[in-house]
Amino acid sequence: MQLPDGLVAVVKRDCPTCTLVEPVLRGLGAAVWCQDDPDWFDGDDTGLELSYRLGIETVPTLLRVEGGRETGRVVGWSREQWEELTGAAGLGPGLPEHRPGCGSLSVDPSRVDELEARYGDGLASRRVALADLEDEHEALFDRGWTDGLPVVPPTPERVLRLLRGTTRDPREVVAVVPPDLVACTVEKVAVNAVMAGCLPEHLPVVLAAVEAACAEEFALHGLLATTYFSGPVVVVNGPVARRVGMNSGVNALGQGNRANATIGRALQLVVRNVGGGRPGEVDRATLGNPGKYTCCFAEREEDSPFAPLAADRGMPGDAVTVFAGAGVQPVVDQLSRDPESLARSFAACLRVNAHPKLPMAFDAMLVVSPEHGQVFREAGWDRARLLAELDGLLQLPAGELVRGAGGMAEGLPPGVGAEQLPKFRPGGLLVTHAGGDAGLFSAIIGGWVSGETGSVPVTREVRG
Amino acid sequence: MRTVLDPTGERRPATRELLPRPDALRGRTVGLLDISKARGDVVLDRLEELLRADGVRVLRYRKPTFARPAPVDLRHEIAEHCEVVIEALAD
Repeated sequence: MQLPDGLVAVVKRDCPTCTLVEPVLRGLGAAVWCQDDPDWFDGDDTGLELSYRLGIETVPTLLRVEGGRETGRVVGWSREQWEELTGAAGLGPGLPEHRPGCGSLSVDPSRVDELEARYGDGLASRRVALADLEDEHEALFDRGWTDGLPVVPPTPERVLRLLRGTTRDPREVVAVVPPDLVACTVEKVAVNAVMAGCLPEHLPVVLAAVEAACAEEFALHGLLATTYFSGPVVVVNGPVARRVGMNSGVNALGQGNRANATIGRALQLVVRNVGGGRPGEVDRATLGNPGKYTCCFAEREEDSPFAPLAADRGMPGDAVTVFAGAGVQPVVDQLSRDPESLARSFAACLRVNAHPKLPMAFDAMLVVSPEHGQVFREAGWDRARLLAELDGLLQLPAGELVRGAGGMAEGLPPGVGAEQLPKFRPGGLLVTHAGGDAGLFSAIIGGWVSGETGSVPVTREVRG
Repeated sequence: MRTVLDPTGERRPATRELLPRPDALRGRTVGLLDISKARGDVVLDRLEELLRADGVRVLRYRKPTFARPAPVDLRHEIAEHCEVVIEALAD
């Protein structure tokens, strides 16, 4: 709107400083807009559009306007500043020299998202108006935007609120998302994160997860398209995990923690909605696994025998690691009290990953629980030591692996050449630490086709 | 009225007309693409035999891994040299 030339003021009746300067404003003949009482002055800004567009933070604000443009501004009451701005002398003779103003309603935390959504121009996503008779949750199901569970409707207000969780520009491209290879902006990630149920502080972790999952070596297109079970598993390291409320303890791989649940889900919704990866279309999984709704947890770094996973992968501090995981398989060992025995149990359970006769074909992630971890910690075994032990234990005799051996057709074609083969390719077994204090159980998250022919785990920094 | 933001890529894919299906394969060039799944070669070897017997020129191609999309150069080569392509998708 065009401002009238001369003096323009924005006030609210609820502000004592504004009522104090009322006679001064009337005496100056200023054009005055009021935020909370349409009848106090001639101008009605109860919709707060003018206040928002002028960037009013304090009332009263007095502006000088020339040729429709603001040329000067003072906030609160200060006789000296008001006289300087207006060029008038002896203003408000009965008033104190100065009096601070009050907060503008246009920066009230309960109003600011709505105003930014209505009058700001920061969001590029197409706006979809829902009909009055549409149930908003059903409307989002109908448009094919959910994973089968209800989502939080991504209103502009909610998306703007979520975007406050990062300093990154909403227009910045985070990644090119398979399978449709769509350039995905921070804003699009935020839209999907709102739908997943994220809070603003979760957004940086989601952004890092999207970045990592779309790295070429992670092979997200193939991971999605495969008939295999797998989908991205997100492991979070660093102080950010606790700060945003993630769970690395009791039931770390299970339900009930908002940050774990929604960060993993947001990544999956980005793949679905931005990348166009939908089950039955490009996603051809025979069975899938429940982790394809969400699978995200924090590593339990305290009392861990191991350095943080991301740190061991060259990224100390706040970071996510994505792994192509295919569901959780328990490892029970309630009797081992020395690391050699426990490592043998791990190896025996890891051998069956995908199939006991298939070596170097599928990666895995071993999630060591605190009670199992204690055995390694007390023995001074770090990750490298445990991996070396497992590597030795998982050299499989070729004779047991060939097709037909053990009465099973599955296996390697004849003529392997070597006498034994490792179960895992170098780097194909990840080890993490998570879980509640009690329970002599660990977990194997089976992986997918590994290495250069499949998916390589990827670690990325979490940036603010 | 409630407004939500579109969570999709808002992509407008270019639509391309499918080429007309050839009436017969005799004298044409058919590409056989092995996506590197186990035993995909078994079915493609047999197909090659049958196609050659029908007077078809056959070219063989192979993706480096079934787990990743075919490299651009490979797709380009197939498009340049073949009139028809048959892909062995499964084990």
